Amino acid sequence: MANMSLVKLPMPSQEPDVRNKNFKEVALGYTAEMAVEEAQRCLGCKAMPCVGGCPVKIDIPGFIKHIAEGDFEGAYQVIAKSSSLPAVCGRVCPQETQCEGVCVRGKKGEPVAIGRLERFAADWHNANSTEKPARPEPNGHKVAVIGAGPAGLTCAGDLAKAGYEVTVYEALHMAGGVLVYGIPEFRLPKSIVEHEINGLRDLGVKIETNVIIGRTITIDELFEDGFEAVFIGSGAGLPNFMKIPGENLKGVYSANEFLTRVNLMKAYKQGSATPIKKSDRVAVVGGGNVAMDAARSALRLGAKEVYIVYRRSENELPARAEEIEHAKEEGIIFKTLTNPIKILGDENSVVCGMECISMELGEPDDSGRRRPIKVEGSEHVIDVDCVIMAIGTSPNPLIKNTTEGLDTNKWGCIVADETTGRTSRDGVYAGGDAVTGAATVILAMGAGKTAAASIDEFIKQK
Amino acid sequence: MYKIVRKKILNPTVILMDIEAPAVARKAEPGQFIILRTDEEGERIPLTVGGYDRDKGTVTIIFQVVGATTEKLAHMEEGDSLKDFAGPLGNATEVEGLKKVAVVGGGVGCAIAYPVAKKLHEIGCEVHSIVGFRNKDLVILEDEFKACSDKLVMMTDDGSYGTKGLVTNALKELIDSGEKYDEVIAIGPVIMMKFVSGVTKEYGIKTVVSMNPVMIDGTGMCGGCRLTVGGETKFACVDGPDFDGHLVDYDEAMVRAAMYKPFEREQHEETCRLFGN
Repeated sequence: MANMSLVKLPMPSQEPDVRNKNFKEVALGYTAEMAVEEAQRCLGCKAMPCVGGCPVKIDIPGFIKHIAEGDFEGAYQVIAKSSSLPAVCGRVCPQETQCEGVCVRGKKGEPVAIGRLERFAADWHNANSTEKPARPEPNGHKVAVIGAGPAGLTCAGDLAKAGYEVTVYEALHMAGGVLVYGIPEFRLPKSIVEHEINGLRDLGVKIETNVIIGRTITIDELFEDGFEAVFIGSGAGLPNFMKIPGENLKGVYSANEFLTRVNLMKAYKQGSATPIKKSDRVAVVGGGNVAMDAARSALRLGAKEVYIVYRRSENELPARAEEIEHAKEEGIIFKTLTNPIKILGDENSVVCGMECISMELGEPDDSGRRRPIKVEGSEHVIDVDCVIMAIGTSPNPLIKNTTEGLDTNKWGCIVADETTGRTSRDGVYAGGDAVTGAATVILAMGAGKTAAASIDEFIKQK
Repeated sequence: MYKIVRKKILNPTVILMDIEAPAVARKAEPGQFIILRTDEEGERIPLTVGGYDRDKGTVTIIFQVVGATTEKLAHMEEGDSLKDFAGPLGNATEVEGLKKVAVVGGGVGCAIAYPVAKKLHEIGCEVHSIVGFRNKDLVILEDEFKACSDKLVMMTDDGSYGTKGLVTNALKELIDSGEKYDEVIAIGPVIMMKFVSGVTKEYGIKTVVSMNPVMIDGTGMCGGCRLTVGGETKFACVDGPDFDGHLVDYDEAMVRAAMYKPFEREQHEETCRLFGN
């Protein structure tokens, strides 16, 4: 008999007033009993809209059934067939717009907590299973993957499982991409990322760090070295700024820089060799997940007041619902319908305030969202000593400039077919933020998966 | 791991090292830079390529001990290895088609200017090198510059070696004496590049400067290395590090470069204590 509770079983988490002062994971995860109870809310319906809502098409009712029966390893094995990074997805996917957004149970009450159950199954496996995956029989073909982020790692994992010899080239000194430099420890512990990456290494995937494709070696040279196909998952690129006065003052960061200092370089730890400015009052400009991560990190670094400054209204905030909720609980102040026009500096060129203008919503624009319009005469100053710009990125030109015949669109994103990942160059595939511009981990993983299947087909047909 | 195969003390605070990094050595060109980490806990620091040996697979770095990381690096010896060494990054200095160039180097910046002068010499360009140091004890790479320059002017602030005065005085003198340069390439402290650009602007001579701002990843991700060039924001790591000297906002660059100075001083002192300096 299904559990007919209209609401998801809440997931235990650290108290807001405690967690906003530490970098430990906020959500603590279900216990086995809780997971079984929540799993019983799934009706196992025939239509399975959740599977259609998942970019990597995980057999969701299948794995939930295993959990309901207490077979947690079985649940993990079902997820692992479709996802190379289950413990990551359970934590960072925007489930409310994907699987959970279309769950039948959500029509009346809350959907099944699919994300929490996925996380439970993955964590259970990581804690209890010592079995290493069997190395597939090598098929004698070599594929190169550029970028060890979600797109590249997924593509590498799928190809390795099919017997390919895969080498992943990573520009930074550590594999993981945005999972290690961008998403903070309190939302995605780095030990989990490391565990998932070690799983790929066990499958035979080689990861070479400190290699910048386009500089250290070009795509053409990879082909000369015997790779038969290349997947580009190089990520989003350079941070955008607003082009308003004062953006180069001391105390203005891009979210990429701020988060990289904190996450990858561990600036939050006492004794870290990498510095970060200590600030009392921080404004984060933007409303996506990256903005929430930056704001909540700033709070944990000791800021007394942290603002999210966003030009549209709360309904348009693009961040995951859970991140917005967590941010509010922790004391982040939301200044929506507000847009910066100038950053103010003191005599030492250090940020001492941000001038903003109030906005109101007009007619819908191309994105379908209502266009924000300035309210004349509403200029006001927010008292801050640090500003973090989290308003998206523009593609890195390195690979484009060094790869002849690789088409990019007017924004500089690599053009790749959505259903195959194929680019304008034979044997070159691409996916993730390098193609779409800044998006989500799971969409990048979906693109990596699609490309892996196309690469397999391409090489077999040769 | 990237082995230190040669270490040479050039002056009391400037050290040269050849690092085993075949993939970087294969591609490195004058004007480009690398990012290194000494150890697992270390920060990422950018250093400009001071030379390379493609056959031996080594890249030369020349650095001044200014902070915790360079202090740690200075205490490493031949046979030790660096944790990370990534590159080459940034765009190479454009030398094609140049017939006569004045290369102006200041202090440790001469370490970066030298491979540029050498490259120009190799392609048959007439090279006039003007190198400046605070005093005689700090002079580096004199023989190397001699070997690749058609004319070498040595300047020191205190007159203890060469001619007393600033590199800008020497540059002005050469131009006034009738030397016609296609281009001036200036590499050194930001303040020096600012003044050199001031001089060449008066004469209308194209000037290229090499900027070395604070960086983290160096690959086009963090945006920490941004500068204002001709009123636009540019990223030194992907748009530079070479820029039109007449367009760079040097005052802003100097302010931004000083952002972490107090932290760096503290870290450096801490590191010195660890080494018992």
